[in-house]
Amino acid sequence: MGTPNISSHPPLLTRLRRHLAQWGTHPDGRKHPAAGTTVTPVPLPPQLRLPLSQHIGAPARPVVQAGDRVLRGQLLAEAQGNISAPIHAPTSGLITGIGEVPIPHPSGLGAPAILLEPDGLDEGVSLTETDPFSLTPAEIARRVAAAGVVGMGGATFPAAVKLSLGRNNPIPTLILNGGECEPYLSCDDRLMQERPGEVVDGALIIARAVGARQILIGVESNKPEAIAALRETARVHPEIRVEAVPSRYPMGSEKQLIAWLTGREVPSEGRSADVGVVVQNVGTAAAIHRAIRFGEPLTRRIVTVAGGAIRTPRNLEVRIGTPVSALIEFCGGFTQPPARLVMGGPMMGLAIHSTDIPVIKGSGGLLALTAAETAQSDAEAACIRCGSCVNACPIGLLPLEMAARIRAGDLAASADIGLKDCIACGTCSFVCPSRIPLVQYFNHAKGELASRERNRMKQAAIRELVEARSARMEREAREKAEAAARRKAERERAKAEAAARAQEEHTA
Amino acid sequence: MLNAIFSLSALGVLFGLILGLAARRFRVDSNGIEAELLDMLPGTNCGQCGYPGCAGAATALANGEAPATCCPPGGKPLAEALAARLGLSLDGAALTESVPMIASVREEICIGCTKCFKACPTDAVIGSVKQIHSVIREACTGCAKCEHICPTGAIEIEPVPVTLQTWVWPRPAVSPPLATQATPVNA
Repeated sequence: MGTPNISSHPPLLTRLRRHLAQWGTHPDGRKHPAAGTTVTPVPLPPQLRLPLSQHIGAPARPVVQAGDRVLRGQLLAEAQGNISAPIHAPTSGLITGIGEVPIPHPSGLGAPAILLEPDGLDEGVSLTETDPFSLTPAEIARRVAAAGVVGMGGATFPAAVKLSLGRNNPIPTLILNGGECEPYLSCDDRLMQERPGEVVDGALIIARAVGARQILIGVESNKPEAIAALRETARVHPEIRVEAVPSRYPMGSEKQLIAWLTGREVPSEGRSADVGVVVQNVGTAAAIHRAIRFGEPLTRRIVTVAGGAIRTPRNLEVRIGTPVSALIEFCGGFTQPPARLVMGGPMMGLAIHSTDIPVIKGSGGLLALTAAETAQSDAEAACIRCGSCVNACPIGLLPLEMAARIRAGDLAASADIGLKDCIACGTCSFVCPSRIPLVQYFNHAKGELASRERNRMKQAAIRELVEARSARMEREAREKAEAAARRKAERERAKAEAAARAQEEHTA
Repeated sequence: MLNAIFSLSALGVLFGLILGLAARRFRVDSNGIEAELLDMLPGTNCGQCGYPGCAGAATALANGEAPATCCPPGGKPLAEALAARLGLSLDGAALTESVPMIASVREEICIGCTKCFKACPTDAVIGSVKQIHSVIREACTGCAKCEHICPTGAIEIEPVPVTLQTWVWPRPAVSPPLATQATPVNA
């Protein structure tokens, strides 16, 4: 890799490429009034519900039992396997049980969760402060994993896995994602404005872990205060460059941000490390800063509560596990019954059907939308092949063609034309004049293909079991036959000996 | 012009000869498709298709006597693979009815007789004499061989429960009208 280019004037080719990149869409931002409010902590609810699966990968395994008293920061459930994350107690209190609760998931299914009744004392375990730059990269990754830090932008991929990428490929560039291109959400904006020191320090720690020499912080141009705050804080660090990127959805997508800032394209079905880049969300950087500097595990996050049906939209600092009803109550309740409750952003978030659902590590927003704000209009109409989706697709796929193949039941054909590269951003559905739920077709097809693959692997494993069983049966039958033959031979020999003895006696 | 005609004809004759000779020389006597189909089937010989084991089903499939949907444990993916291999078209409606099944032991009435344990073709039941038996879900094909063997009726065959790991986004429900049926804009 060449020397990193830190000038503020990108090369001509990059500028040309940026000019030609016409993907994406411009949904109405609607960031205010929540974006103008300072982050306020929410009081402890009567019960915290901590789902064991708050991240991508294997669910965590509980290490506490009902009746245990735990302290803030204490380990409640440990990671299982390489891609997993532990869960810690957000406050001190009593474990009342481990049971199934509703969780934020598109299926509406419940999942096991640890139930914690806060005692109001909020006693913490003693934490040790460390100078991150005295630690080895591997030790940083280990501590981040132990603190349960996951991608805070919503993908909830365990952060430590990305920190270890530098071991295998050189990662000259770290990108911090402050795009926050989803409408309504302003939790990252507030974080960057109010705690730029945490973000910048987190960035330096991550850069040390992956071995990056250059740090780019990409922030959408609709957050000028955040850009100014970060630039002010990062002035003493020449390796950090804070870049304003255009406000366009989905600029906060990893691949789009990399392409915009570095001019490099992540290859099809590849990862950002393939082009020498690691991307972390600004919220993740702040969480890593706290985990490494102060040994504090991830037990709280900033959540934007907004939408037309919320009385006072604002940004809240919430303990993980707090039910969304407590957030709504803290924001003054509803002005009118919401048409839809959404967790996350309106483009990629998911509709929730109960206010008992807890805030988890990846929940950046809680939106109570009025009927006027939701697009619950007519049913889908026929595709008119206008090509709007093709122009809008940030990856450069052909959403209309993929959807046509999926509708015809030919999932493999849609995978052939790029289904696996779809990032499910929903831009195609947003721009479609026929209101075709394109992204749902793609989510369905991806899930169905994955389920077929699982089934195929199960069949292969079962075939092995059958073969092992028939081999065992054969062996057992053979051994039985051999044993029978041996016994028979023995019996005959005994009989012959007896006969011989009788003969001898007879002759004697 | 003539050169082209001659050379292409010569090539045609030559390749025809090679193919003809190869067809005689490398002739396969056994019915290869049966072995191929047998390889695709689960191999548990559960008998739910009504044929004597998977080999019997493979023969029936090859002879066109059995439908591609004959194997319940294989489910939809297997039916599609078989149909693709045999060049059959699938009846979509018949497929959606068969959801993947799995056996489970009702622990309160299991007496630990080991009968199901011995009957299972995939060793998916674990247990021991006078110990409650249990089913390893990852190994069970739902072939139901154990269901009627159980003296207390403790085995139930039920649809595979949907978990967060196996849940799939449903297909969008509304199917759009065809383009030809759409209302003309200037009507």
